[in-house]
Amino acid sequence: MKLEDFELGGTHLKSSDFKQGKVLTTEWEPNLKYAWDNGVAIGRYLAELKAGRIIARICHKCDRIMLPPRMFCELCFRPTDEWMYVKDTGVINTFSIAKVNWDASRRGPKEPPLLPAVIEIDGASEGMGIMHMLGEVNPKDLKIGMKVKAVWKKPEDRTGSITDILYFKPVTAKRKTKTKAAPKAGGKR
Amino acid sequence: MIKRVAIVGIGTTGFRPVTPDVSFRELIFEAARKAYTDAGMEPSEIDGFITTAEDFMEGYSIADEYCPDQIGAVLKPTQTIPGDFIQGMATGYMMIMTGAYRTIAIEAHSKASNMKNISELMGFAQDPVYNRPLRETPHAVAGLEMTRYLFESAASSEQCAQVVVKNKMNAMRNPYAAFGAEITEGDVLASEPVSLPLHRLDIAPHADGAVVAVLADEDTANTLCETPIWIEGIGWSTDTPTLEMRDWGEAAYARLSAEMAYRMAGIENPAALIDFAEICDEYSYKELQHMEALKLCMPGEAAYMLESGATSYQGELPINISGGARGVGHLFEASGAHKILELVEQLRGHAGARQIPDVNVGLAQVWRGVPTATGAVAILSNM
Amino acid sequence: MGMRKVAIVGAGITKFVRRAQETGKELSWQASKMALESCDLTLDDIDMVTLGTAPDAFDGVHMKGEYLADGAGGIGKPYMRHFVGGGTGVFSPIHGWFHVASGMADICLVVAEEKMSTCHPHPAGAFLTIFDHTTEQPLMPTLIWIFALEMNRYMQTYGISKADIAQVSVKNKRNAMDHPSAQVAEKITVEDVLNSETLCWPVNRLDISPASDGAAAIVLASERVARRLTDKPVWIDGIGHSIDTAYWATRDLAYPRYVETAARMAYDMAGIKEPDKEIHIAEPYDPFDYKELHHMEGLMLCPRGKAAQLTADGVTARDGNMPICPSGGALGVGNPIAATGLMKIIEIFLQLRGEAGKRQVPGDPRCGLAQAGVDLMQMGTVVVMRS
Repeated sequence: MKLEDFELGGTHLKSSDFKQGKVLTTEWEPNLKYAWDNGVAIGRYLAELKAGRIIARICHKCDRIMLPPRMFCELCFRPTDEWMYVKDTGVINTFSIAKVNWDASRRGPKEPPLLPAVIEIDGASEGMGIMHMLGEVNPKDLKIGMKVKAVWKKPEDRTGSITDILYFKPVTAKRKTKTKAAPKAGGKR
Repeated sequence: MIKRVAIVGIGTTGFRPVTPDVSFRELIFEAARKAYTDAGMEPSEIDGFITTAEDFMEGYSIADEYCPDQIGAVLKPTQTIPGDFIQGMATGYMMIMTGAYRTIAIEAHSKASNMKNISELMGFAQDPVYNRPLRETPHAVAGLEMTRYLFESAASSEQCAQVVVKNKMNAMRNPYAAFGAEITEGDVLASEPVSLPLHRLDIAPHADGAVVAVLADEDTANTLCETPIWIEGIGWSTDTPTLEMRDWGEAAYARLSAEMAYRMAGIENPAALIDFAEICDEYSYKELQHMEALKLCMPGEAAYMLESGATSYQGELPINISGGARGVGHLFEASGAHKILELVEQLRGHAGARQIPDVNVGLAQVWRGVPTATGAVAILSNM
Repeated sequence: MGMRKVAIVGAGITKFVRRAQETGKELSWQASKMALESCDLTLDDIDMVTLGTAPDAFDGVHMKGEYLADGAGGIGKPYMRHFVGGGTGVFSPIHGWFHVASGMADICLVVAEEKMSTCHPHPAGAFLTIFDHTTEQPLMPTLIWIFALEMNRYMQTYGISKADIAQVSVKNKRNAMDHPSAQVAEKITVEDVLNSETLCWPVNRLDISPASDGAAAIVLASERVARRLTDKPVWIDGIGHSIDTAYWATRDLAYPRYVETAARMAYDMAGIKEPDKEIHIAEPYDPFDYKELHHMEGLMLCPRGKAAQLTADGVTARDGNMPICPSGGALGVGNPIAATGLMKIIEIFLQLRGEAGKRQVPGDPRCGLAQAGVDLMQMGTVVVMRS
């Protein structure tokens, strides 16, 4: 058989087909809601974030200090053993300079790019990273391996969420940078 | 060639209306750890893993991403089946029969309490163009079917209510069950009308919980445990998703799945050979309709069999001794898992206060709920 | 080995388009019908059906496997859906292989469908909820972030430039000009890629495959049946699948270990010791251009960090020593997620039969491989096929 010998299905519609009413559509906005149980490990993690600390969990069998914390070790398949506070500093494992929002809409001309990163947290096992944002830095100066430190919300504004950390900023950045804080995520949810 | 496949380990958290103390990961870990201990294995020794999950029940796109850690499947051959546990078990059965895997773990869970508008969710499964704009309650699909079933079988709403009475009573003896109660036929009929002839108490409430089972080929099973529970037959089937084209009286998916499972098990007269059954009673009438589709009785006879007591705890063919979905709670993709769990406990003789004496062959049947016409059947034995 | 041999005997595919007039059911039907016709079968000959399709959020139907059942030919048959995220399309023949190799079925129809355009205003919105609901979603991430983060780490680790990577996009979009299903086939240059809109540095628009609607299907048969149906069965000789932890930020992002584990499983089954010599042609998953390179390394088709050089040297071109994505891949043909994986399987099927038309690679390839994966940079599915 050859694909070229068949008349293939799949009819392409153009945007104009919709605008001119050539195609009728049915719209539906699902109204789905969830309230996920945080459980023991993430429950404590969030409570500690509210208190301005980052907590990890240790497995004595494989000697890993794990972030985010978990009540069982996925590799040894046994319960983890104890809690341990880690630092709120770390190293950039990788980063991006994002000009689109979560829904693929573009950041406006006056909106600075978002700076997501994987940050390896000091005190946790090597390579244990979390995804978070960077701020107070000129994107051009960003480098993998840069030391960063968490910038926290004011205690009264914290809610027990990963966003209680506003962003991470470079530790060594002494000169004034253009970007004062981490830009706000855009797009309507 | 592999000849047989058995269940060699099973673990569960039990089933509760809410589980606010644990995350889905922690919930599943408990069931998995118990299953592997029961099988005498570590997950590192297991050749393949299956999770059964649907995106919108988890609240994730690509819920598959979150399956490996809590079942010990990191960097192992793992897959998600968006279907019932028994469909997952069918995949596990086939995997072992290929000869490429000796052992497979299958996981199913429900965190129904985390879904905040289940009715909207169920409606979201309807055909987006033909059915959804009508904005019926999803239970209306079951109401339509119940009307047609009662018409064809000459069963009554009162008889359907007796299913609820029986199963909630059975659940009183099941420590895993959350909805055991002593109620009357009148209580069911007096409960809020939902989509008549369906009343509130005809419909199973939801529950949380997890089950993990370990399957093994014949040689492995015989070295691992004294009483492997053999999969003698397994079948799954889908009837049309189009509501307008269905045969509403008969549960065709149940008949086709059963025929497939019976063929595999070499069973010609199921009513005589099957000792007990756990079948889907998510809506009360479904137990009766499914009994007929499974050929456990003649068409139109299920209600009489129920009234005669034949399907009760002491009857000739006990049905839903666990309490079924009415007594245990509806568990979404874990519905089949709870039924398989009950079969394994009964066939091992570990069912405690609800143990049925001298059982050798059990049948589990499941339906994926409205608006689907998909179901599966498994036949297990201890011989 | 003693396992039942399983062959691909027929294939069908739709065009991949940005927005299809057909519903998902209709696309599935078009691909399935073509697959059956290609090997002179009808639906009555099919014992069982399995469907691969990715997130329900695209099609906008909860339990979309149930919704698509009639289009996929599953009514009244043992029909099941499987789902391993981005790896689904290459897992589809694996799930079908379970059906036939186990002896449960002699002929199994395998269908893969994706209708992404249903999700408004953009399918990207469906990807917010791939991230952890508690520890990541509050940051409002988008899918491109995770690829951009991985690409940056990969570039830094091996000293690879954006221009090195852009060559993949140029090659695949050009290859796709010969594929009748192609959505975004074009002749472009490395500069075009580098000058296209920067979405999330280091990712530019032309580094990414498009969102698409489409479906594909194949027919699998046991050895006895396959030899009756065709003179040119293509055998599934090795299958592999693997998933890494969901804690993606705790992993080495420069190397896809999950692809390596899946590949090792498939190579063991197929008796392959030296993949770079024994595999003649490959279709690794290329949703982003760097991913083709990343995946080639995970598949052990070349040493770590060396895939870009092979591309620059023309080794992976259609007339090179190891043609990679001769179909045009996701970057050129389009990326209706599950259907893309099966499109890759179909490409290897046709290439091994010598029926790929203008896309045919020279040198009579006998052994090929298709791979898909990803999720949160964690899933690998691999199928090894021989003529």
